[in-house]
Amino acid sequence: MNTSMPKTQQLVHNRVSLALHTLQTGSGTALLLLHGLGEHSPDTVPEVVSRWPGPIYALDFTGHGHSSVPAGGGYSCEILLADVDIALRHLGGACLLGRGIGAYIALLAAGARPELVYGAILMDGPGLAGGATHISAVTEIATAGERSGKTPDPWALIELSRDARPANYASTFARLSSTGANGVDPITVCCVVQPPWIVAINEEPGVVTGLSVEEALENYAARKNI
Amino acid sequence: MVNLPAFPGAQRPARSYRTDADGVGIATYEWGNESDPPLFLVHGGSDFAGTYDVFAPIMAAAGYRVISWDHRGHGDSDHTALYGWDADIRDALTVMSSITTKAAPVVAHSKGGALMLQLADASPYRISKLVNIDGMPSKRRMPDAPDHDQTRMMAGEIAGWLDFRHEAALTHRKPGTLHELAARRGKMNPRLPIEWLEYLVTIGAREDDDGWRWKLDPTMRFGGFGPWRPEWTLLRMIALGMPFLGVIGTVDEPMGWGTRPRDLIPWVPRNGRLVAIPDVGHFVHIEKPNEVGQMILEFLS
Repeated sequence: MNTSMPKTQQLVHNRVSLALHTLQTGSGTALLLLHGLGEHSPDTVPEVVSRWPGPIYALDFTGHGHSSVPAGGGYSCEILLADVDIALRHLGGACLLGRGIGAYIALLAAGARPELVYGAILMDGPGLAGGATHISAVTEIATAGERSGKTPDPWALIELSRDARPANYASTFARLSSTGANGVDPITVCCVVQPPWIVAINEEPGVVTGLSVEEALENYAARKNI
Repeated sequence: MVNLPAFPGAQRPARSYRTDADGVGIATYEWGNESDPPLFLVHGGSDFAGTYDVFAPIMAAAGYRVISWDHRGHGDSDHTALYGWDADIRDALTVMSSITTKAAPVVAHSKGGALMLQLADASPYRISKLVNIDGMPSKRRMPDAPDHDQTRMMAGEIAGWLDFRHEAALTHRKPGTLHELAARRGKMNPRLPIEWLEYLVTIGAREDDDGWRWKLDPTMRFGGFGPWRPEWTLLRMIALGMPFLGVIGTVDEPMGWGTRPRDLIPWVPRNGRLVAIPDVGHFVHIEKPNEVGQMILEFLS
């Protein structure tokens, strides 16, 4: 057990300071938890991942938890993907467990960095569905009113709950995820809620369905080479 | 004292100030009399309000209070941690609301045109008439490559963008002489005279001890990827109810979107028209300010 590691590290993502929390130290493959929209990282190891044998980390997305709040919004899921990429490079790779919007970001990360994501588990949570898939359905330009500068940033809640997640865009990332060195079943969908982007990736090779989160974690933890 | 270049017909704004857009300082400019009816000009990506220094005075002379602004990260507006389409539109609304909450005419170029198509769709009560100058993207032209090759190309784009995010905080714009910066911009604006580009350097760049640098936030990266599809803009365009004028040049340029008139004709709204100007590139209003200005003034009247 490594006890010298600080509980929370601040990583630099351009002009944002990202909080990466260490929930469990140890050796072996890291597990990185990605929270839902408007949430923050847990303070302790959640029950659902209590049997993970390696180190466990949790990342606060930009504008959430102990990460910094940028002025004037401008959020996108691609920015949150870059948040995760900063953490992945810092850790040297990880299995991802994403809740809600964190599940969608886990999919993007698995496709964008298949060499660093050893497996991605997608579970229900806030912000899973995203905005309408037909662009003309979302029109109003939302305003957040008085700003507090505290997390969760209202702009994050507004912008990230509206972003379009076309099915074919999600499918592309699912396809890309299976091109990595660890390309055997890199994604496991454990969501009960099935927005169109999840329905689309369910059909892609390398995407496993029908498992519980615990079973998915056990599968990835059992792989010797990850 | 160095004499900075002037350009025939170019006038700096009569008034300039900052508008606070939810903590982001937006550099705002006005030409013409404050008592005249407002007309908003919206610049394109990588540009700044000063690119209207010839066109705006033509509009002001015709009796408009002309207002423009540097988008966040551009010109003299604040550099921010995040950039996004909705954020740009909100910034625009903040500037517009500081002038009037009534419907007002808007002339917008390139990316600014696409932004205003979305605003016009979302808040039709804020735009009385809309002129879009070559900001009507058509379906992306993909290379003739099979699906798996296109997926691989996308993987390269994504990895390149993510790699850039790791280094973004350390990036700086390369310094150069005034002429060097103008020449660099000339590669993206090959149809515009070097005298105009040198004039733009004096507004859109700053002079440091080691030379001139463009003010554009170096953490912004041209291109990128995301779920957005250019053709979505056309879905908004055809739905517009206010009078609409689309203006497009017929000559391809590096900064242009490659849209052809035939791509747009099916999407022109019922209350709109499209004008294609031959032998002109992406910067229609800069290449032919008087001709385009007159056409727009007739439309606005």
